[in-house]
Amino acid sequence: MPDVNDSASAASSPPTAQECLLWYLRGCRAVISIPAVILASSFVGFAALAVEAGFTMAQTVFMTAVIWALPAKVVLIGAVLAGNGLAAAAFAVALSSVRLAPMVVVLVPELRGPRTRNWVLYVLSHFVAVTSWVIALENVRNVPRDLRTSWYAGVGSSLIMLNMVVVAVVFMIADDLPPIISAALFMLTPIYFLTSLWASARERAGHIAMVLGLIMGPLFHLVIPDFSLLATGMAGGGLAYLHHRLSGRGGTT
Amino acid sequence: MTFSSIDTWWWPYLFILIAGWLATDSWRFLGVYLGGRLSEKSDLLVLVRCVATALVAAVIANLIVFPAGPLAETTIRLRVFSAAIGFAAFLWFGKNVLVGIVVTEVVLLSGMVLATYS
Repeated sequence: MPDVNDSASAASSPPTAQECLLWYLRGCRAVISIPAVILASSFVGFAALAVEAGFTMAQTVFMTAVIWALPAKVVLIGAVLAGNGLAAAAFAVALSSVRLAPMVVVLVPELRGPRTRNWVLYVLSHFVAVTSWVIALENVRNVPRDLRTSWYAGVGSSLIMLNMVVVAVVFMIADDLPPIISAALFMLTPIYFLTSLWASARERAGHIAMVLGLIMGPLFHLVIPDFSLLATGMAGGGLAYLHHRLSGRGGTT
Repeated sequence: MTFSSIDTWWWPYLFILIAGWLATDSWRFLGVYLGGRLSEKSDLLVLVRCVATALVAAVIANLIVFPAGPLAETTIRLRVFSAAIGFAAFLWFGKNVLVGIVVTEVVLLSGMVLATYS
């Protein structure tokens, strides 16, 4: 799509509150999409995991609001289940969330308008996770530049609130689910990540990193359970990067 | 200090804030700070993405190979098989995530039903 609104809005007056509200609501509407349905279903799986791990409904809803990124939450629950201390848990979660930084780096230039204040971008960055990021990159070019922050606030906040409700509902009905359904719910998270991670990889090195991670993760888990995630990230990611360098960056697709 | 080591209502929330919120939003804030300073094509970002991707892939594989809860009742062969078939379907249908999820779940559920009634 051409970036038609850029030059027009740069010269015009600041958007009115009414325009901001309108685009906020349009952002909320943009959430009604296939990726959001998939995300909600994997939050069903995540909530089932939290129930099993002994988290309360309030803690899990709180976690959804303050962490938001699903891999980080799954890793945190994994660390709590393994009896890890605060520092080890924080370290594991931080490692699993490194990818958020480059994602935000990509999104910020798209959201920033001539009048955007920095604190707005810091607040909005909290909404960044795979799904809202994908929705934003697909649609943000159709939003007037001055109103992109309002629009993304609508996307992010409605997506978080929707999934806080999903988590709460799962907690209310979890005890009544037959085991076969619960087992199926637990499969939602891994298969969602498996497919969406593959689809979002930007270069061949990303696919190589993923295949190596899938193989090395369980192996390292058996050998060095405490550091398996870190070791897999370094070894698998390092090898994939090496391939990227050696192939003369021809692997970029 | 673990999640359950201090027996008050607020400790789990503090734990989630430090190990969860701080550990994720720091990266997001760093991303805003760096936004525009780093080129999307820069090699450093490729390395960061590779490490992060391998790490999340390890989380995925561990959820399938060493699952928690009711999924642990199924065999590893069934879990890996359903994920593989679902992933193949995802690729076959033009990287359609929804197709991948539905096919995986159908294979897994069929396998569990077969195992129960055979």
